[in-house]
Amino acid sequence: MNPQALMDGLVSGSMIGLGAVGITLTYSILRFANFAHGDFISWGAYFALAVAGTLGAAFSGLTTPIGPFSFGWALPLAALVAVALNGGLALLVDALLFGRLRKHHSTVIIMVMASFGAALTLRSLLEFIFSARPAYYSKALQIALPLGGGIRATPDQLLSLAVAVVLVVAVHLLLTRTAIGRAMRAVSENMALAGLVGIRVRRVIRVVWLLGAGLAAIAGVTAGLLVQIRPQMGLDLLLPLFAAAILGGIGSVPGAMLAGLIIGLSEAIAVQLVGAQWRAGVSFVILVAVLLARPQGLFGRAE
Amino acid sequence: MSLELVAYAAFFMTMALSYAIICLGLNVQWGQTGVFNVGVAGFVAVGAYVSALLTTPETAGRLGGFGLPIAVGWLGGALVTSGVSFLIGALTIRLRSDYLAIATFGVAVVVQLAALNLESITGGPFGIGFIPRPFSELAGNSLLFSLLNFAIVALLVIGLYLVLERLARSPWGRVLRAIREDETAALALGKNAVKFRLQAFAIGGGIMGLAGAVQAHFIGFIAPDNYMPILTFQVWAMLIVGGSGNNRGAIFGAILVWGIWAASAAAIAALFPPGEQARAATLQIVMIGIALCLILLWRPRGILGELRQVSRHLTPRRTPDARP
Repeated sequence: MNPQALMDGLVSGSMIGLGAVGITLTYSILRFANFAHGDFISWGAYFALAVAGTLGAAFSGLTTPIGPFSFGWALPLAALVAVALNGGLALLVDALLFGRLRKHHSTVIIMVMASFGAALTLRSLLEFIFSARPAYYSKALQIALPLGGGIRATPDQLLSLAVAVVLVVAVHLLLTRTAIGRAMRAVSENMALAGLVGIRVRRVIRVVWLLGAGLAAIAGVTAGLLVQIRPQMGLDLLLPLFAAAILGGIGSVPGAMLAGLIIGLSEAIAVQLVGAQWRAGVSFVILVAVLLARPQGLFGRAE
Repeated sequence: MSLELVAYAAFFMTMALSYAIICLGLNVQWGQTGVFNVGVAGFVAVGAYVSALLTTPETAGRLGGFGLPIAVGWLGGALVTSGVSFLIGALTIRLRSDYLAIATFGVAVVVQLAALNLESITGGPFGIGFIPRPFSELAGNSLLFSLLNFAIVALLVIGLYLVLERLARSPWGRVLRAIREDETAALALGKNAVKFRLQAFAIGGGIMGLAGAVQAHFIGFIAPDNYMPILTFQVWAMLIVGGSGNNRGAIFGAILVWGIWAASAAAIAALFPPGEQARAATLQIVMIGIALCLILLWRPRGILGELRQVSRHLTPRRTPDARP
């Protein structure tokens, strides 16, 4: 086994994990599988692209690469704006669609179907606005640094790995150590009862959307930085994201991250063993295996 | 002129009715049983590829081309897709309802992947050509040819409709609706919900496979690009707009949505310069997506709602309330 493959798997796994944390949160608290989450990832990437482009055009100093990285200050600033914009987008979709369906007491499966409709609408809008041509944050080439043991990684890859780990720890602390985190877990246990004891359920739902869409934006920016930005990028990530959320156990943040890393590594190993063209099948195999052997996932509870 | 119009109308209706068959399959799964399938395109593709393999003449560098009659291809496509549906249903149907959605989404991704990469079976990205078309010996007379093709698809839709209506009013159909409405009550009456759901899922999948086979033989050429998620989405829009749970609604929705789709494609071709058309075509998808969401919000029963029918011996009445 080529140790370099493991490094690449770890990096792409951290990206999958970041997206899967968002899915697992919305899944456990809003109680439906959100097929539009992949497209929140793409929208986040394009928000950052548009903002970074504008910033770079206005202040050319912001495009000079920071230290060893391939991008200038325009991108991290744009990523923060993208987190906010993406949160706004999620709240808008919730206000227009999911919130109304919740008010009608629609069944889970109607919500899933609506999210499927929202997903295709969001993706096609992106394609209409930005065209299907791939885009990049930076055209600068990076030299991969030797890390010892025959493993190399670019500074961008190491940075995104670090960002993913920091964010997952932060979300985990938010859920376990703060009042809003406790409220979120209460709503996920029983929405009606949480409302009865005075938790403001609608506020919790808004926070969940902001958090999920914000994480999606960061996942989109890292995916765009490490690979490329395309309207389809979220759709291609969707199956790995669901597989990771289910493997980790719905509702478990550390589980989603760990499962994301497992899927990233398995994909890297599969690319070595059977060829890159079968990469997308790995998540399906893992999904089927989890559903057969342990449907509640690694850290989930049986229903 | 008018003859060309008739030929076009026949062509249009043949396409629309081939979608109506997929819709009828989805109606068995979703409309009558409440089982969600996000991978319709994958199931349709399985039927199309199986039928193409069975009926095309032998081809160098690819498995088969068994040169069998078209009817054998259609039957084979339906049976294999039904088997695939059974397997995937057996895996997920007893779990949470949206796990099945995720698993069927995975099926569509994997079928797409297999169609692209198993070149020795599926022809890879270039697909399979020279799929025999029904009545191809009459292809010289394009009007007669179109009308006969339309007739065969129309007969298929009518036949399926009659069988499915019969099934929906049979004791079997009643159990399916009972499970959909209140699973606990159905279980208490001794009905094995998992078994019934699985049967409906496999039958619906088989019908989708049949539709895929019919479409493949009507177009004469298949490639992985034909089976993108947009197909799943179109079929869902057809069923929801027409009225899920109602077989007539499924057929009507297919014709209506396919008509809107074809008309908007023509409008885009007329209004936009050739360089911009691919981009403008994405607006079609946005339009259908918004329409689907609006229907879910305002008229979840669709245009033709489900009829309340307890048994075929009683006269049907309209359900007074919308199903949530």
